[in-house]
Amino acid sequence: MTATDTAPAAKAEGRTPLMTLNGVSQVFDTKAGPIRACDQVNLSINPGEVLCLVGESGSGKTTAARMAAGLAKPSDGTVAYNGIDIWSMNRRDFSTFRRGVQYVHQDPYASLNPTRTILQTITAPLLKHGVVKGSKAAAQRAAELLAKVDMTPPESFLSKYPHQLSGGQRQRISVARALTLDPKIIIADESTSMLDVSIRISVLAMLGRLRDELGVGFLFITHDLAIAKYFGWNGNTAVMYLGRIVEFGPTQQIINAPTHPYTRALIDAIPEPDPDLTKTKGAGSLRSLEIPSLAHLPVGCSFHPRCPRFEGGLCDGAVPELITVRPGQSTACHVVARDGAGDAEVRDEPVA
Amino acid sequence: MVTSMPQGTTSGRAVRGGQGKPLLSVRDFNVEYRTGSGATVHAVRGIDLDLYPGESLALVGESGCGKTTFGLGLLRLLPRLGHASGKVTFNRGDGTEIDILGLDGRDLRQFRWRDAAMVFQGAMNAFNPVLKIRGHMHDTMRAHTKATKQEIEERSAELLRLVRLEPERVMDCYPHELSGGMRQRVLIAMSLLLEPEVLILDEPTTALDILTQRSIVDVLHEVRERLGFSMIFISHDLALAAELADRVATMYAGRIVETGGVRDMFYQPRHPYTLGLIKAVPPIVGDLPDMESIPGGPPSLAALPPGCKFNPRCGFATAECQEADPPLIPVTDQQGSAHEVACIHSKDVHLDRRVQDDLGTAS
Repeated sequence: MTATDTAPAAKAEGRTPLMTLNGVSQVFDTKAGPIRACDQVNLSINPGEVLCLVGESGSGKTTAARMAAGLAKPSDGTVAYNGIDIWSMNRRDFSTFRRGVQYVHQDPYASLNPTRTILQTITAPLLKHGVVKGSKAAAQRAAELLAKVDMTPPESFLSKYPHQLSGGQRQRISVARALTLDPKIIIADESTSMLDVSIRISVLAMLGRLRDELGVGFLFITHDLAIAKYFGWNGNTAVMYLGRIVEFGPTQQIINAPTHPYTRALIDAIPEPDPDLTKTKGAGSLRSLEIPSLAHLPVGCSFHPRCPRFEGGLCDGAVPELITVRPGQSTACHVVARDGAGDAEVRDEPVA
Repeated sequence: MVTSMPQGTTSGRAVRGGQGKPLLSVRDFNVEYRTGSGATVHAVRGIDLDLYPGESLALVGESGCGKTTFGLGLLRLLPRLGHASGKVTFNRGDGTEIDILGLDGRDLRQFRWRDAAMVFQGAMNAFNPVLKIRGHMHDTMRAHTKATKQEIEERSAELLRLVRLEPERVMDCYPHELSGGMRQRVLIAMSLLLEPEVLILDEPTTALDILTQRSIVDVLHEVRERLGFSMIFISHDLALAAELADRVATMYAGRIVETGGVRDMFYQPRHPYTLGLIKAVPPIVGDLPDMESIPGGPPSLAALPPGCKFNPRCGFATAECQEADPPLIPVTDQQGSAHEVACIHSKDVHLDRRVQDDLGTAS
């Protein structure tokens, strides 16, 4: 990946991104040798914008998110908040960063302290960071936050414990807790994957409202492109595979006109809630079902053992770079780089 | 309790479930859980259902709607505090009819695996972690048949290949050495060891990656075509039902509230709950449609609302809905279809997918 590809979204908009991940890598040392969970990832998040990070388990999405949140120090590259590297910040800036970036975890059953009431959970950061003075004001603020995440009436929830709430309610509490410090960016790591379909949409709608009303930027991690499409329709999507970004672009283009074979495979694999349409979907086009181990990455393009467009000599040689194939859309694929991506509208057949 | 029917001596798999008769026939099926101090929770209430030979039926609904309890009840796998009542008749290909709820001891063991098998949710927990896959295969076969070691090896290898696994590689692995998708496929292979007529799959692809999920779906299509068993699969994912099912039954608060062919259910749902579930699944192709969620959550089974159990969450509800729980009746405007719905406002329910027009299109 070259420096010209750094933060494409920021360039297009002509503003300073709130957060940039600049060539970050994370290498874990294990018995099986070093594992590059994240390799040379470039991303940027703007205020009020959604950046979706999509990929299978083990593709490095969570590792990238943990580095973005400052929970893990990258082995290589820099994570910058407001243009300053977070690992060389002074205490005050770092505190601003910590308050500005909040994390909503995947499992609402594990991420809330079972021995604390909702009131205690939500007021803890308020009091710790001195956002409000006194427990009365804190309780008042907590009630406002609950109302923001559609937990009404707030009074009936404040004295409850997590085990008394349903999964969807707990996830709303996690979001309310993330909102306590007026964050600029919320990192949502598979935050809706454990919820029932019907509840998932209402939580996503609530997050969407926060994005629009409070101007919060999102790093939205999901393995389901349909969810990325719904939540990040007006944002950007990065598709990750085995630690690398293989395709990046506006969500609408990624969904309707994917160029990388892996993105195509992901989209083709999703069943449609429509019996006739779903039967027309291509099945089993991948050459292998198993995702390779990060410890023994295939030579060249790491997707080549599974890729339906594999060409011997081309794909198993060098690692493909992320290059721009269409305005705003870049792909790391030798075959696409050679043959071109075609018109963005080709695949796009809107279904009523 | 096995009663022999007069006409039945036809052997083998050629005739499945008899002549046009349902393979599995469920009548007024109820499950109650005892919840201490004499209280009971009615988890499944009065289900009538027929499963025909070769058919694939999807049970859909949110968590806590009684889908899994129903599946477990069919195989008599309920925990000890669960009590099933009603009538479940299984029609063996040779004309024998079995009353599943009356089975015990040897007959029950015979019925399980051989006539009906289950693939559980969470493949890891369904295996014995200290037993290799070979051990699981041998244990299962030995418990039910007199097959020799050689035969077991061959049969296991055959089935593993059918689910696109290499027997040489998998047989000597412990469950933890396999990936989630491989485990699920081994489980499917295992459940088919004794050629069951009915396979019950409980959320077979939940918690799997999208490409892995696709491979499981493809494998299921393939093996069903080859072996021709019937399938009941339990899922909260409607897209999966659209993909795998011939018929769909929507469950809510322990009851079936709508059932019909897969196309009827997806293109003309008549129950507000089915409609809500369909609207909650974002499609991947095309532009962004209007999504809607169903407000609230499923009711507690211990404190069900009066009348139609869906009325507190329903946009169509009127005062009348609180009076009586509507029965499942055939949809009258479609002659000869098996579409049934339990809603007094079913005539007003229409699926109407609007595409959001205030948003830009691609590029």
